[in-house]
Amino acid sequence: MRRFNWPLWAGFLLTLIAAFSYFAFFVNFPVTRDFPWANLLLFLLAALLVVMGIRRAFARDRAHPTRSKVVASIVTTLSVLVCAFFIFAIFIAGRFLPPSTGAPHVGQKVPEFTLSDANGRQVSLNQLTSEPVDGKAPKGVLLVFYRGWW
Amino acid sequence: MASFNQAGIRPVAISVDSPEVTRDLMRKAGYTFTFLSDPNAEVIRRYDLVHAGAGENGRDIARPAEFLIDATGTVRWINLTENYWVRARPEDVLDKAKLLP
Repeated sequence: MRRFNWPLWAGFLLTLIAAFSYFAFFVNFPVTRDFPWANLLLFLLAALLVVMGIRRAFARDRAHPTRSKVVASIVTTLSVLVCAFFIFAIFIAGRFLPPSTGAPHVGQKVPEFTLSDANGRQVSLNQLTSEPVDGKAPKGVLLVFYRGWW
Repeated sequence: MASFNQAGIRPVAISVDSPEVTRDLMRKAGYTFTFLSDPNAEVIRRYDLVHAGAGENGRDIARPAEFLIDATGTVRWINLTENYWVRARPEDVLDKAKLLP
Protein backbone atom coordinates (compact mmCIF):
# COMPACT_ATOMS: atom_id res chain seq x y z
CA MET A 1 0.00 0.00 0.00
CA ARG A 2 1.39 3.42 -0.97
CA ARG A 3 2.72 5.51 1.92
CA PHE A 4 1.97 9.00 0.70
CA ASN A 5 -1.70 9.98 0.77
CA TRP A 6 -1.62 11.95 -2.45
CA PRO A 7 -5.41 12.37 -2.89
CA LEU A 8 -5.64 14.08 0.48
CA TRP A 9 -2.96 16.62 -0.32
CA ALA A 10 -4.02 17.10 -3.94
CA GLY A 11 -7.53 17.76 -2.69
CA PHE A 12 -6.29 20.33 -0.20
CA LEU A 13 -4.17 22.07 -2.83
CA LEU A 14 -7.07 22.14 -5.25
CA THR A 15 -9.25 23.62 -2.49
CA LEU A 16 -6.81 26.49 -2.09
CA ILE A 17 -6.66 26.97 -5.87
CA ALA A 18 -10.46 26.89 -6.05
CA ALA A 19 -10.67 29.74 -3.56
CA PHE A 20 -7.82 31.98 -4.68
CA SER A 21 -8.37 31.61 -8.42
CA TYR A 22 -11.66 33.44 -8.13
CA PHE A 23 -10.08 36.64 -6.83
CA ALA A 24 -6.95 36.29 -8.98
CA PHE A 25 -8.51 35.24 -12.27
CA PHE A 26 -12.19 34.38 -12.62
CA VAL A 27 -13.33 37.71 -11.22
CA ASN A 28 -12.20 39.35 -14.48
CA PHE A 29 -14.85 37.63 -16.58
CA PRO A 30 -18.54 38.39 -15.97
CA VAL A 31 -19.59 34.86 -16.91
CA THR A 32 -17.52 33.37 -14.08
CA ARG A 33 -17.78 36.32 -11.69
CA ASP A 34 -21.52 36.87 -11.33
CA PHE A 35 -21.98 33.27 -10.25
CA PRO A 36 -18.73 31.44 -9.41
CA TRP A 37 -19.67 28.16 -11.09
CA ALA A 38 -16.06 27.48 -12.20
CA ASN A 39 -14.83 27.71 -8.62
CA LEU A 40 -17.68 25.64 -7.26
CA LEU A 41 -16.70 22.94 -9.79
CA LEU A 42 -13.11 23.07 -8.57
CA PHE A 43 -14.33 22.78 -4.96
CA LEU A 44 -16.35 19.74 -5.96
CA LEU A 45 -13.34 18.06 -7.56
CA ALA A 46 -11.26 18.95 -4.52
CA ALA A 47 -13.90 17.45 -2.23
CA LEU A 48 -13.85 14.18 -4.19
CA LEU A 49 -10.07 14.01 -3.80
CA VAL A 50 -10.26 14.78 -0.09
CA VAL A 51 -12.86 12.04 0.39
CA MET A 52 -10.53 9.62 -1.42
CA GLY A 53 -7.81 10.77 0.96
CA ILE A 54 -9.97 10.17 4.02
CA ARG A 55 -10.79 6.67 2.88
CA ARG A 56 -7.10 5.97 2.40
CA ALA A 57 -6.20 7.39 5.78
CA PHE A 58 -8.82 5.34 7.57
CA ALA A 59 -7.96 2.12 5.70
CA ARG A 60 -6.78 -0.75 7.82
CA ASP A 61 -3.41 -1.24 6.18
CA ARG A 62 -1.86 2.16 6.95
CA ALA A 63 1.71 2.04 8.29
CA HIS A 64 0.85 4.66 10.94
CA PRO A 65 -2.92 4.41 11.43
CA THR A 66 -3.36 7.04 14.15
CA ARG A 67 -1.15 9.60 12.49
CA SER A 68 -2.88 9.08 9.14
CA LYS A 69 -6.30 9.69 10.70
CA VAL A 70 -5.20 12.78 12.60
CA VAL A 71 -3.51 14.35 9.58
CA ALA A 72 -6.47 13.53 7.33
CA SER A 73 -8.91 15.02 9.83
CA ILE A 74 -6.95 18.24 10.13
CA VAL A 75 -6.48 18.65 6.37
CA THR A 76 -10.15 17.93 5.76
CA THR A 77 -11.21 20.49 8.37
CA LEU A 78 -8.95 23.11 6.81
CA SER A 79 -10.39 22.36 3.37
CA VAL A 80 -13.92 22.74 4.68
CA LEU A 81 -12.97 26.05 6.33
CA VAL A 82 -11.48 27.39 3.08
CA CYS A 83 -14.62 26.42 1.19
CA ALA A 84 -16.84 27.95 3.87
CA PHE A 85 -14.85 31.19 3.76
CA PHE A 86 -15.29 31.35 -0.01
CA ILE A 87 -19.04 30.72 0.18
CA PHE A 88 -19.33 33.42 2.84
CA ALA A 89 -17.23 35.97 0.94
CA ILE A 90 -19.13 35.59 -2.32
CA PHE A 91 -22.71 34.84 -1.35
CA ILE A 92 -23.05 36.56 2.00
CA ALA A 93 -20.46 39.30 2.50
CA GLY A 94 -20.98 40.45 -1.08
CA ARG A 95 -24.47 41.50 -0.03
CA PHE A 96 -23.27 43.65 2.86
CA LEU A 97 -24.10 46.84 0.99
CA PRO A 98 -25.92 49.92 2.31
CA PRO A 99 -29.54 50.31 1.09
CA SER A 100 -28.88 53.68 -0.64
CA THR A 101 -32.59 54.48 -0.65
CA GLY A 102 -31.77 58.16 -1.03
CA ALA A 103 -29.98 57.66 -4.34
CA PRO A 104 -31.50 59.42 -7.39
CA HIS A 105 -34.43 57.52 -8.89
CA VAL A 106 -35.40 57.11 -12.54
CA GLY A 107 -37.01 60.34 -13.67
CA GLN A 108 -35.17 62.52 -11.13
CA LYS A 109 -32.51 65.05 -11.98
CA VAL A 110 -29.17 64.10 -10.48
CA PRO A 111 -27.41 66.54 -8.13
CA GLU A 112 -24.90 68.86 -9.78
CA PHE A 113 -21.25 68.52 -8.88
CA THR A 114 -17.74 69.62 -9.83
CA LEU A 115 -14.87 67.20 -9.29
CA SER A 116 -11.25 66.92 -10.32
CA ASP A 117 -10.39 64.56 -13.18
CA ALA A 118 -7.25 62.40 -13.38
CA ASN A 119 -5.21 65.38 -14.60
CA GLY A 120 -6.37 67.68 -11.83
CA ARG A 121 -8.72 69.61 -14.10
CA GLN A 122 -12.03 70.64 -12.50
CA VAL A 123 -14.98 69.13 -14.40
CA SER A 124 -18.66 69.85 -13.77
CA LEU A 125 -21.63 67.57 -14.48
CA ASN A 126 -22.89 70.27 -16.84
CA GLN A 127 -19.70 69.98 -18.89
CA LEU A 128 -19.99 66.19 -18.95
CA THR A 129 -23.51 66.36 -20.40
CA SER A 130 -22.69 69.06 -22.94
CA GLU A 131 -19.09 68.62 -24.16
CA PRO A 132 -19.11 66.68 -27.44
CA VAL A 133 -18.56 62.93 -27.65
CA ASP A 134 -17.06 61.84 -30.97
CA GLY A 135 -17.70 65.34 -32.33
CA LYS A 136 -21.42 65.24 -31.52
CA ALA A 137 -23.59 66.41 -28.63
CA PRO A 138 -23.76 63.64 -26.02
CA LYS A 139 -26.98 61.66 -25.71
CA GLY A 140 -26.17 60.87 -22.13
CA VAL A 141 -23.63 60.16 -19.45
CA LEU A 142 -23.05 56.91 -17.62
CA LEU A 143 -21.99 57.69 -14.05
CA VAL A 144 -20.13 54.67 -12.68
CA PHE A 145 -19.50 54.88 -8.95
CA TYR A 146 -16.92 52.31 -7.88
CA ARG A 147 -15.21 51.32 -4.65
CA GLY A 148 -11.75 52.40 -5.69
CA TRP A 149 -8.57 50.61 -6.65
CA TRP A 150 -6.60 49.22 -3.72
CA MET B 1 -15.57 51.90 -25.06
CA ALA B 2 -15.79 52.63 -28.78
CA SER B 3 -19.39 51.42 -28.78
CA PHE B 4 -20.25 53.82 -25.95
CA ASN B 5 -18.78 56.71 -27.95
CA GLN B 6 -20.71 55.65 -31.03
CA ALA B 7 -23.90 55.55 -28.99
CA GLY B 8 -23.14 59.10 -27.82
CA ILE B 9 -22.71 58.02 -24.20
CA ARG B 10 -19.90 59.43 -22.10
CA PRO B 11 -18.81 56.96 -19.39
CA VAL B 12 -17.60 58.69 -16.22
CA ALA B 13 -16.09 56.74 -13.33
CA ILE B 14 -16.16 58.23 -9.82
CA SER B 15 -14.50 57.01 -6.62
CA VAL B 16 -12.65 58.35 -3.58
CA ASP B 17 -9.31 57.56 -5.24
CA SER B 18 -6.97 60.51 -5.74
CA PRO B 19 -6.06 61.64 -9.28
CA GLU B 20 -2.60 60.03 -8.82
CA VAL B 21 -4.03 56.61 -8.00
CA THR B 22 -6.52 56.97 -10.83
CA ARG B 23 -3.80 57.86 -13.35
CA ASP B 24 -2.01 54.68 -12.28
CA LEU B 25 -5.14 52.59 -12.78
CA MET B 26 -5.85 54.17 -16.16
CA ARG B 27 -2.31 53.51 -17.32
CA LYS B 28 -2.26 49.89 -16.12
CA ALA B 29 -5.69 49.03 -17.50
CA GLY B 30 -5.48 51.18 -20.62
CA TYR B 31 -8.62 53.16 -19.81
CA THR B 32 -9.11 56.44 -21.66
CA PHE B 33 -12.52 57.60 -20.47
CA THR B 34 -13.15 60.20 -17.77
CA PHE B 35 -12.28 59.38 -14.16
CA LEU B 36 -13.24 61.79 -11.37
CA SER B 37 -11.92 62.00 -7.81
CA ASP B 38 -14.22 62.49 -4.83
CA PRO B 39 -11.67 62.13 -1.99
CA ASN B 40 -13.98 63.20 0.84
CA ALA B 41 -16.92 61.25 -0.60
CA GLU B 42 -18.95 64.49 -0.72
CA VAL B 43 -20.65 63.75 -4.04
CA ILE B 44 -20.92 60.08 -3.07
CA ARG B 45 -22.74 61.18 0.07
CA ARG B 46 -25.04 63.49 -1.87
CA TYR B 47 -26.02 60.51 -4.04
CA ASP B 48 -26.51 58.36 -0.90
CA LEU B 49 -23.93 55.84 -2.06
CA VAL B 50 -21.62 55.86 0.95
CA HIS B 51 -20.35 52.51 2.15
CA ALA B 52 -19.04 53.57 5.54
CA GLY B 53 -15.70 52.14 6.63
CA ALA B 54 -15.51 49.67 3.76
CA GLY B 55 -12.37 51.11 2.23
CA GLU B 56 -8.70 50.76 3.05
CA ASN B 57 -8.00 51.69 6.70
CA GLY B 58 -11.72 52.02 7.36
CA ARG B 59 -12.17 54.79 4.85
CA ASP B 60 -15.65 55.69 3.57
CA ILE B 61 -16.02 54.65 -0.05
CA ALA B 62 -18.77 54.40 -2.65
CA ARG B 63 -20.88 51.27 -2.97
CA PRO B 64 -20.98 50.20 -6.64
CA ALA B 65 -23.73 51.96 -8.60
CA GLU B 66 -24.38 53.05 -12.17
CA PHE B 67 -26.67 55.83 -13.38
CA LEU B 68 -27.48 56.40 -17.04
CA ILE B 69 -28.51 60.05 -17.33
CA ASP B 70 -29.66 61.90 -20.42
CA ALA B 71 -28.38 65.26 -21.66
CA THR B 72 -30.71 67.13 -19.26
CA GLY B 73 -29.26 65.29 -16.27
CA THR B 74 -32.36 63.14 -15.72
CA VAL B 75 -31.88 59.55 -14.58
CA ARG B 76 -33.05 57.04 -17.19
CA TRP B 77 -31.63 53.83 -15.74
CA ILE B 78 -30.04 52.76 -12.46
CA ASN B 79 -28.07 49.72 -11.44
CA LEU B 80 -27.81 49.30 -7.67
CA THR B 81 -26.54 45.76 -7.45
CA GLU B 82 -27.53 43.75 -4.35
CA ASN B 83 -24.36 41.73 -4.45
CA TYR B 84 -21.00 43.43 -4.78
CA TRP B 85 -19.68 40.66 -7.06
CA VAL B 86 -22.49 41.01 -9.62
CA ARG B 87 -21.95 43.93 -12.00
CA ALA B 88 -23.91 45.43 -14.89
CA ARG B 89 -22.55 44.30 -18.22
CA PRO B 90 -21.66 46.88 -20.91
CA GLU B 91 -24.11 45.24 -23.36
CA ASP B 92 -27.01 45.78 -20.94
CA VAL B 93 -26.11 49.44 -20.51
CA LEU B 94 -25.81 49.98 -24.28
CA ASP B 95 -29.26 48.46 -24.71
CA LYS B 96 -30.66 51.02 -22.27
CA ALA B 97 -28.67 53.79 -23.95
CA LYS B 98 -30.42 53.09 -27.26
CA LEU B 99 -33.67 54.20 -25.67
CA LEU B 100 -32.35 57.72 -25.12
CA PRO B 101 -33.65 60.43 -27.49
